[in-house]
Amino acid sequence: MAFYIVQFLTGLASAASLFLVASGLSIIFGVTRIVNFAHGAFYMLGAYLAYTLTERLSGALGFWGGIVAAALAVAAFGVLIEMILLRRIYRSPELFQLLATFGLTLMIEDIVVLIWGPDDLLGRRAPGFRGAVDFFGQQIPTYDLFLIVLSPIVLGLLWLLFRRTRWGVLVRAATQDRDMVAALGVNQKWLFTSVFALGVFLAALGGALQIPRDAANHAMDLNIIVDVFVVVVIGGLGSIIGAFVAAVLVSELNAFGILIFPKISIILVFLVMAVVLIVRPWGLFGKPEAPARKTPGLTVRPWRPLSGNERLAMIGVLVVAAALPLISGSYVLTVASEIAIFVIFAASLHFLMSVGGLASFGHAAYFGLGAYGVAFLAKMAGMPMIVCLLIGPLLGLLGAAVFGFFVVQLSGVYFAMLTLAFAQIVWSIAFQWVGVTGGDNGILGVWPAAWAGGAANFYWLSLGIAVLVVAALRIMVFSPFGYALRATRDSALRSEAIGIDGKRIQWTAFVIAGTAAGIGGALFAFLKGSVFPDSVGISLSVDALVMVLLGGVETVSGAIVGAIVYKALNIWLVSYTDFSKLVLGAVIVLIVVAMPKGIVGTIETLQTRRARPAKATILASQAETAE
Amino acid sequence: MKLSVQALNSYYGPAHILFDVGLEVDSGEVVALLGRNGAGKSTTFRSIVGLVEQREGRIVFEGRDVSAEPTHAIVRSGLGYVPEERRIFTDLTVEENLEVGRQPPRPNAPQWTREKLFTLFPNLGEMKNRPGGRMSGGEQQMLTIARTLMGNPSLVLLDEPSEGLSPKIVEQMVEAIMIMKQEGVSIVVSEQNLHFANLISDRAYIIERGRICFSGTMKELEARPDIRDAHLAV
Repeated sequence: MAFYIVQFLTGLASAASLFLVASGLSIIFGVTRIVNFAHGAFYMLGAYLAYTLTERLSGALGFWGGIVAAALAVAAFGVLIEMILLRRIYRSPELFQLLATFGLTLMIEDIVVLIWGPDDLLGRRAPGFRGAVDFFGQQIPTYDLFLIVLSPIVLGLLWLLFRRTRWGVLVRAATQDRDMVAALGVNQKWLFTSVFALGVFLAALGGALQIPRDAANHAMDLNIIVDVFVVVVIGGLGSIIGAFVAAVLVSELNAFGILIFPKISIILVFLVMAVVLIVRPWGLFGKPEAPARKTPGLTVRPWRPLSGNERLAMIGVLVVAAALPLISGSYVLTVASEIAIFVIFAASLHFLMSVGGLASFGHAAYFGLGAYGVAFLAKMAGMPMIVCLLIGPLLGLLGAAVFGFFVVQLSGVYFAMLTLAFAQIVWSIAFQWVGVTGGDNGILGVWPAAWAGGAANFYWLSLGIAVLVVAALRIMVFSPFGYALRATRDSALRSEAIGIDGKRIQWTAFVIAGTAAGIGGALFAFLKGSVFPDSVGISLSVDALVMVLLGGVETVSGAIVGAIVYKALNIWLVSYTDFSKLVLGAVIVLIVVAMPKGIVGTIETLQTRRARPAKATILASQAETAE
Repeated sequence: MKLSVQALNSYYGPAHILFDVGLEVDSGEVVALLGRNGAGKSTTFRSIVGLVEQREGRIVFEGRDVSAEPTHAIVRSGLGYVPEERRIFTDLTVEENLEVGRQPPRPNAPQWTREKLFTLFPNLGEMKNRPGGRMSGGEQQMLTIARTLMGNPSLVLLDEPSEGLSPKIVEQMVEAIMIMKQEGVSIVVSEQNLHFANLISDRAYIIERGRICFSGTMKELEARPDIRDAHLAV
């Protein structure tokens, strides 16, 4: 019995940091409507900075002062970020905000390595809390007890702040109606900045307080952000009480899950999250969200199928692409095969997010499942390549069918967070279930059959499949199914009113996109001859998002251009710099801020402007007067 | 001249909504902006306080062109705005709603306190701690006006204050507006209800399809039944 109580207390102690970070995320979201992906990075910065400061400053005052100073310094850094970056994107679509803050995360990761080096850093023990208390023969660190007491105190302070101060009243008002607060004479800019500062302070404090318990490491940002997303999805975005309850719940599930399923304790958390989402899609303490903001511009320039001339041009491009093996060597062909595979991957995500309006942050899950599907079939069942390629992607389909059922119940940021959480679950299974997946060592020796063995043959195979998949997805965009999907994207309510079952349509789209991604993954396994958990990882999911974004979210063909440009750039970048994340993060941030329409979108805008300069004014004068 | 709006043009995306709208309000005046649903009344108000992003024209308030300033700065200079949809903060109590509107006193405008507003709207005084979401439509309407008055404005834009209210509450509203006027607040009130406008206003403008098509005293408007029938639903 004593053992279980101790386990319970350990869980409570872990909840402290989780609560601090999650409440910070929730507060920021409440007012600014931004889900700050970089929150994990601020948490990590808090930990590293606290490490340095507590090492330099001596004594108890030095330690505690160092912790608080670290959190304050990171909050000041957060204010800078808010003023330079976030103020430019408050009115952008949610996806862009998530991506920009993810780009920031990538940059901070490399900066942390630059400053503190790649090794884990174990901090000082907290003065006054070095020992442990004996509890019926079990040891409880006193620092854990300190953390257990701290979180309800922080909760109480936040409650007082929001209920008893003018600032708190203004923040709560802004959470509900930003414009009205401005119309009452309150400067939103500074309100937003101060809210962001508080949120970042809480995240950094959470990181700093972890120092005596765990070593600071440069993976801690992504680890915590996934847990935090799960916490806010369960507790309800925007609710501080929800963050507290859910942080305790998730931490306890982790603490006891480890006893029950030592390897895959995350499954328990996942089950709870699934149940909560079915019963209350907006979380235990959250409020039903207003419908997500529409992507701007879609109604202004409707999509159309390719004209005859454009089709001819496409065929011309394909002929040139097919002739590539005649002029280039095997390295170029391998790179070209990889690009073709990523065209499939990006096109599948584009189908989901541009056509379906569902921006997934975990699309790599289905790519990776396709790859693992092939590896299982080839290595364990010894199937021939053709069979593997046909059946392997079905694992992606299966995953998309199961996860898709849950995620389409949500929309907007909740959808993005849940897809990310599911992808992380797939990743942890791939990473931890060593007996089946080989864990970090992956599955090696997945080689193509002789007929597809050469670089040229494999390239033709990849190109052929890419053309088929892209063509199939394109046909679907302009099919009745595609119309229904786009109708649901543009107005869920109106399409439901004309008899479209929106959830079912979206679920179908999710499965189609997952299967297409699985096809890409299947080819990828054969290209590399191996499968690793990386194929399911967050960074791959984000790669796909950046490809679609780079090409242009609002275009039909942007994903293809984006995939080619991004992949080529990426391969080139990795061979030239050690700080690819820094460069990549900066590129992402730049795209979001400077070129939100992407390459193809920008070209299209220029074309339209040149083609019909008079038309826009006619349109304007014909438009109905509305209040 | 308290407020002068000159050649105001507003757009929502590609749609041109207001065409060269001009309005003038003298100190202490109550001016009605009349027009049918969708004529452009709310857009005019939203444009004046800067809530419509695409707008052109001059908005001179107390001798200063405020058209380039952000919403909060315009409001802070003493130009209060009461939106049509009321937009109460439903999670906040009556007192907290008033707190959001509170601004420092202004030398050229009457000063309002909670206590003073609770005598103006006695209903509100009885429900200080009730969340805004659990109030009737009439009580919410009073709260929005009281909330804006907490900013001690010298001019208030009142967007359809009588809409959807029972005759008894409308009566109270008329009373409240007359008291505001006595205190020295200039008021622009948008209305579809000519009767209500007659009770409170000195002058009127009529707006139709985003254009001002009549301007004159209430007497002049009464003498022109043709204009009234053409542009107002009676």
